[in-house]
Amino acid sequence: MDFKLKIWRQKNREDKGRFVAYEVKNISPDASFLEMLDVLNTELVKKGEEPVAFDHDCREGICGSCGMVIGGRMHGPGKGSATCELRMRVFKDGDTIVVEPWRAKPFPVIKDLVVDRTALDRIMQAGGYISAKTGAVPEANAIPVPKPYAEEAMDAAACIGCGACVAACPNSSAMLFVAAKVSHLALLPQGKIERTERVLRMIEQMDEEGFGNCSNSYACEAECPKKISVTHIARLNREFLRAEVT
Amino acid sequence: MTLESKTPGGPIEKKWQTHRFNLKLVNPANKRKYTVIVVGTGLAGASAAASLGELGYNVLTFSYHESPRRAHSIAAQGGINAPKNYANDGDSVYRLFYDTVKGGDYRAREANVYRLAEVSGSIIDQCVAQGVPFARDYSGYLDNRSFGGAQVSRTFYARGQTGQQLLLGAYSALSRQIQAGTVKFFQRREMLDVVLVDGQARGIVVRDLVTGAIETYAANGVVLATGGYGNLFYLSTMAKASNATAIWRAHKKGAAFGNPCFTQIHPTCIPQSGEYQSKLTLMSESLRNDGRIWVPKKKGDTRRPESIPEEERDYYLERIYPSFGNLVPRDVASRRAKEMCDNGFGVGPTGRAVYLDFADAINRLGKHVIEERYGNLFDMYHEISAEDPYKVPMRIYPAVHYTMGGLWVDYNLMSTIPGLFVVGEANFSDHGANRLGASALMQGLADGYFILPYTIGDYLATAKFPPAKAEDPSFKQAQGEVEAMVKKLISIQGKRTAEEFHKELGRIMWEYVGMGRNKEGLQKALTMIPRLREEFWQDLKVVGSANDLNAELEKAGRVADFLELGELVAHDALHREESCGGHFREEHQTEEGEAKRNDKEFSYVAAWEFAGVGKHPILNKEPLTFEYVKPSERSYK
Ligand code: SF4
Ligand code: FES
Repeated sequence: MDFKLKIWRQKNREDKGRFVAYEVKNISPDASFLEMLDVLNTELVKKGEEPVAFDHDCREGICGSCGMVIGGRMHGPGKGSATCELRMRVFKDGDTIVVEPWRAKPFPVIKDLVVDRTALDRIMQAGGYISAKTGAVPEANAIPVPKPYAEEAMDAAACIGCGACVAACPNSSAMLFVAAKVSHLALLPQGKIERTERVLRMIEQMDEEGFGNCSNSYACEAECPKKISVTHIARLNREFLRAEVT
Repeated sequence: MTLESKTPGGPIEKKWQTHRFNLKLVNPANKRKYTVIVVGTGLAGASAAASLGELGYNVLTFSYHESPRRAHSIAAQGGINAPKNYANDGDSVYRLFYDTVKGGDYRAREANVYRLAEVSGSIIDQCVAQGVPFARDYSGYLDNRSFGGAQVSRTFYARGQTGQQLLLGAYSALSRQIQAGTVKFFQRREMLDVVLVDGQARGIVVRDLVTGAIETYAANGVVLATGGYGNLFYLSTMAKASNATAIWRAHKKGAAFGNPCFTQIHPTCIPQSGEYQSKLTLMSESLRNDGRIWVPKKKGDTRRPESIPEEERDYYLERIYPSFGNLVPRDVASRRAKEMCDNGFGVGPTGRAVYLDFADAINRLGKHVIEERYGNLFDMYHEISAEDPYKVPMRIYPAVHYTMGGLWVDYNLMSTIPGLFVVGEANFSDHGANRLGASALMQGLADGYFILPYTIGDYLATAKFPPAKAEDPSFKQAQGEVEAMVKKLISIQGKRTAEEFHKELGRIMWEYVGMGRNKEGLQKALTMIPRLREEFWQDLKVVGSANDLNAELEKAGRVADFLELGELVAHDALHREESCGGHFREEHQTEEGEAKRNDKEFSYVAAWEFAGVGKHPILNKEPLTFEYVKPSERSYK
């Protein structure tokens, strides 16, 4: 398959950036989107040009490194997959594909398609954990968890921290990301003890990082590669209200 | 070089307890005066850094990723072992110990393996307390499943994302310590050398991957938790950035490399489909619990799998190994798959695949049960292959997945460089010649949560530390060497990319140092690798600058190291005139095609010493003795 690409190139944080047009030919429909970019990059390097920088690592949809806006969609067309899982067979031969980095103020561009998502780490550091010191814990089966709760906690815990929800949101809100963690821990008996402080501190940090508010557009859920449900945002709101009154 | 394993005496069940008591302690008030560097934030690194931070040490942790949570442990699917005996099926610490020593084909240190089994229960306790959402049954208690190489149900799991959930647990503990100020995290930094002062590891040299700055950091001890070297083969299930640079450069500075030829080929991966392919995707071997492996009985049968009747299928693992069936260990399953394909029974467009069929399990248990157990794996397979595994059997083929070899460490997890500790997959320790399923996560977390925090304390409490600062000449010198290498890589300005050299090296390794090895092939590899390395240093092309985010430059440095490590792996494979675990020498097999060990001559750890690039490495041996699990032919029949 052949494609025309319009890719965002930006030298560094300060550079203004612009779209550059490229063409790739003879791409297998079974190739992944990133493998198609590999082909382009090899050609660029051969010509002595700088390849397109993008974050990636596991290439199986679990590490959360990859992420770009492809044809206006986070992680490209289709539902429930990260950029690295996207296969070229979903495009039509001859398509023009526009590729951009996540666009959100709290995620400054480092180079080309690589953005800085450390704001998400700082939110986690503010309270996204249960304070269980190594060794100072009870026997595992001393904490039974009803299966439905464990399952729902797992649904939330599947978040890969890619930031697509933020990029998809008109307000650059990180609510889905924060909700996934708050919900995961609030559903478990182990997480109940620190629930008040946790939600307050995470929300405070989220605001401090410059993420916007949730206005219920639900673009986050639609673009999340792990199909994290907005019902977790509802739980986050309940947790937050509960914390504010206590 | 002398290898002192420091294995404590006494009965095996008491060794770790006694040893722990004998370890010197650092006075709590003094802990923050000690700086410990931890490189890598996977399971081993994150758990070590978090635990050391909790103890009060001043911890500096480094990753080439933007966030600690991106480390490759995140991709582990299947599960983590612990002999809790929740299934009441007769499991015990001793049985896990026994299974692991046997599974490793009697090439691991008994005392280490026993300790691993002993602390594994605490890992589950720890992870549950952190909020890891392990699978549970309807009572609310933890659920278990069985895994290759074991006849008991001792594997804890979180859907097909166990590695992710355990890593996020360790990451949360690490985040808590970063917040508390005991751990400082340095993102997008790649370690390019270790700095020795008077023979002790006292710091590291890193490159800031965004600005290109070469920086040095000083400490009292350095911990490498940098993972395995499976990407040596180019195509593997490893993440793209996984590399051997940290351990290789430490090796060149004096750390012995243990059993480099013990590499693991995982039996259930999605087969390669084209030249453009950048990596292979693993399907957790937990699938072998419910999936049945088969090939057509007729050679070159091109019918669709569903139109091949039952009696014309060869469920070869069930046929050859009636008691373990589809659950034989990885090395056995991989070799048999290769053999089937070599003999012309392979399926799919390339003929390099076998079927993994769930039709029976779906009939027996219902689709929803299979979906609950393996839903995300099935989705992943569907996405990649465009085939629905609920309807057609999966096609699978073995791929490089894990490296049992790594830097040699003593019982305290310290390498042959004083002050340089190595944890997780980066060390050679507990898996011998073959790792059992669901044991990697166990080892990484055992090292990081429950072993290293004690043993490093003993070193810090007893070693002498002359002042060492990042401005000292020894640091400046190491920094200068790294800068020179970076400059050299950029200045060659040849024609071939690092990726092309990597692919070429991968082909040599897979062909001659892969699943089946023989003398002739290994010798061939030993002439081809140095030649390729020479071409690399003459014809490499790296574009862009050294003062910028430059993936080409990063790759080039890693490939340069692989080109040296590959030779060591081939040397080790050539010298080990026996077959054991993942190391299969075609000259040494039984009449039935099983691996034939040579305990008389090779019951030792080969700990190689670096002698210079292109020079024959120096072999040191740590003899292995088996007091408890007597070596026997590993039989899974
Ligand atoms: S909630 Fe979804 S989109 Fe947001 S970071 Fe997590 S996985 Fe990515
Ligand atoms: S590269 Fe890891 S999620 Fe895409």
